[in-house]
Amino acid sequence: MASTITPIEYPELTTNDLSRYSRHLILPEVGVDGQRKLKGARVLAVGTGGLGSPLALYLAAAGVGTLGLVDFDVVDASNLQRQIIHSTADIGRKKLDSAEEKLKALNPDLNVVKHDTLLSSASALEILKDYDIVADGTDNFPTRYLVNDACVLLGKPNAYGSIFRFEGQASVFAAKDGPCYRCLYPEPPPPGLVPSCAEGGVLGILPGLVGVIQATEVIKLILGKGEPLIGRLLLVDALNMRFRELKLRKNPECPVCGTHPTVTRLIDYQQFCGIAPATKEDQRVKNGIPQLSVKDLKQRLDNGEDIYLLDVREPFEYQIANIGGKLIPQNDVPKRLAEIPRDREVIVHCKMGGRSQKIAEFLHQSGYQRVTNVSGGIIAWSEQVDPSVPKY
Amino acid sequence: MKIFIPTPLRPFAGGKDTVEVNAATVAAALDELTGTYPDLRKHLFTGEGKVRAFVNVYLNDEDVRYLPEKDGTKVSPGDTLSIIPSIAGGR
Repeated sequence: MASTITPIEYPELTTNDLSRYSRHLILPEVGVDGQRKLKGARVLAVGTGGLGSPLALYLAAAGVGTLGLVDFDVVDASNLQRQIIHSTADIGRKKLDSAEEKLKALNPDLNVVKHDTLLSSASALEILKDYDIVADGTDNFPTRYLVNDACVLLGKPNAYGSIFRFEGQASVFAAKDGPCYRCLYPEPPPPGLVPSCAEGGVLGILPGLVGVIQATEVIKLILGKGEPLIGRLLLVDALNMRFRELKLRKNPECPVCGTHPTVTRLIDYQQFCGIAPATKEDQRVKNGIPQLSVKDLKQRLDNGEDIYLLDVREPFEYQIANIGGKLIPQNDVPKRLAEIPRDREVIVHCKMGGRSQKIAEFLHQSGYQRVTNVSGGIIAWSEQVDPSVPKY
Repeated sequence: MKIFIPTPLRPFAGGKDTVEVNAATVAAALDELTGTYPDLRKHLFTGEGKVRAFVNVYLNDEDVRYLPEKDGTKVSPGDTLSIIPSIAGGR
C-alpha cells in the first residue's frame, strides 16, 4: 500500500542518523528512504498511559520525527504496574513532562509536542490536523468515539488499541476506504456495563503487547509497507496466549464514514455515551438512590448510627483494603439477600461508587426502603478520610 | 460448536471462556447459550431480541450481520462463534 505521509521533501539523514538507525537501513523494507519517511512523520499519541507508554517509546526509538502527546493527568503510584514510560520518582508529576523527559533521553532528536488537555469536541480537530497518523490509547468510550470521528472527518488513519483484564483489541481505523470504529461498534454500551481498567483491573503486560502492536501499525503506515490491520480486528487473549483475527467491513450506512453520513462535525460525546452532566441534584440523589460522601459516612459511623455497611467488591479487593463493611460481592447479592437486613439503613460501597450504585438500585427494586450509595467508594475514603487505607 | 465468551461477559456465563453448544443455526446456538445462562441474555440482546449495537457476533471470522442469511446461517460442529463486545481500556 501507499505511504500515508504526504510526499513533501523528506528530511535528509545525518551522519548520526546513519549509525543510529543502521539496523533499519539494512532492511530492504525500510532503507534510507523509509528512515527519511519516519524522520518526516508526525504521529499523535492520545494518552500516555498503559498503551501510550510503549507506543511512544518505540516510536521515539524508531526515529519518528515528531511525536505529539495528549494527556492531562498526573502520575499515580497505581499507574507504574504498566505505564512504563513513568518511574517511581515521577509520582505526582504531569504525565506529559515525565513522558517527554524519557523520550528525549532515549532520542534527543525527537520533537515532542505536548498537548496538556483532555481531548474534547472543541479541541480535537485543531490538535489532530497537524499530524499524519493518530494512535488512540485512551481509556473511555466518549474519547474513543471522539478520536474516531475526528480521524474520519480529517482523513487520518487511527492505529487503535484497547484492553480489558487479559484481553486486547487492535485495528487500523479510518484509513482511506477502510472501516472506522463506528462500523464495528455503531453505539457505545450503556454507562457502567463495561467496567474500566480502574474498576475491572488489567494485566500490566497487556497494554505493552497491544501498544507495541499499535506502534508496529504506525510504522508500517508511515513506510507504506506490509499489510496493515485495515479491515481486520486483532484479538489478543494474553491468558491463553491466543491471537485471533476477525474481518471488519466498512458499513455503507455508517453514520460517520458511510455513503450518506449524518455525523459531519464533532458532537457531544458524553451525551452520545449516555453520560449526563452531573447536576447538584445528582450529587444528592442518583436514580432514586441517596448519595453519601465519605466524610458524611465517617461522621455517621463515628456517631454510632445504626447502619448496615455493605461492601460489594470482590474478596481479593477486600483483602487489599477494607473499611469494615460486610463483604458480599456484587454478583452474590441476589442470592444472599436474606443476609441483608430490611429493617436497617443499608449503605453500599465499592471501590469507586459505580458497582455499589447498581447494587443499591437493585436493593431498592427488591423492596429495601432505606438504601444509600457511598459516592467515590473506598478510593475517596482513602483520599479524604483515612490515607492509611491503601489505594489500589 | 464452540462459543467464545469475552472477559466482560464471563461473570454471566459461570466464569467460562468457552461454551460448547449443539445447534443448527447461529440463532439457535445463541438461544441455547442464553437458555443455559439466562443472565447473558440482557447483555447480548435488546428487549426486542436484537443483538445489541455494542456487541458483535462472529461466525468464524465473519460478522454475522454481513452473512447473507444473518443469524439464520447454518453452523456445523467445527465452527466457532465469537462474541465481541466493545472495550475501551487503555491507561
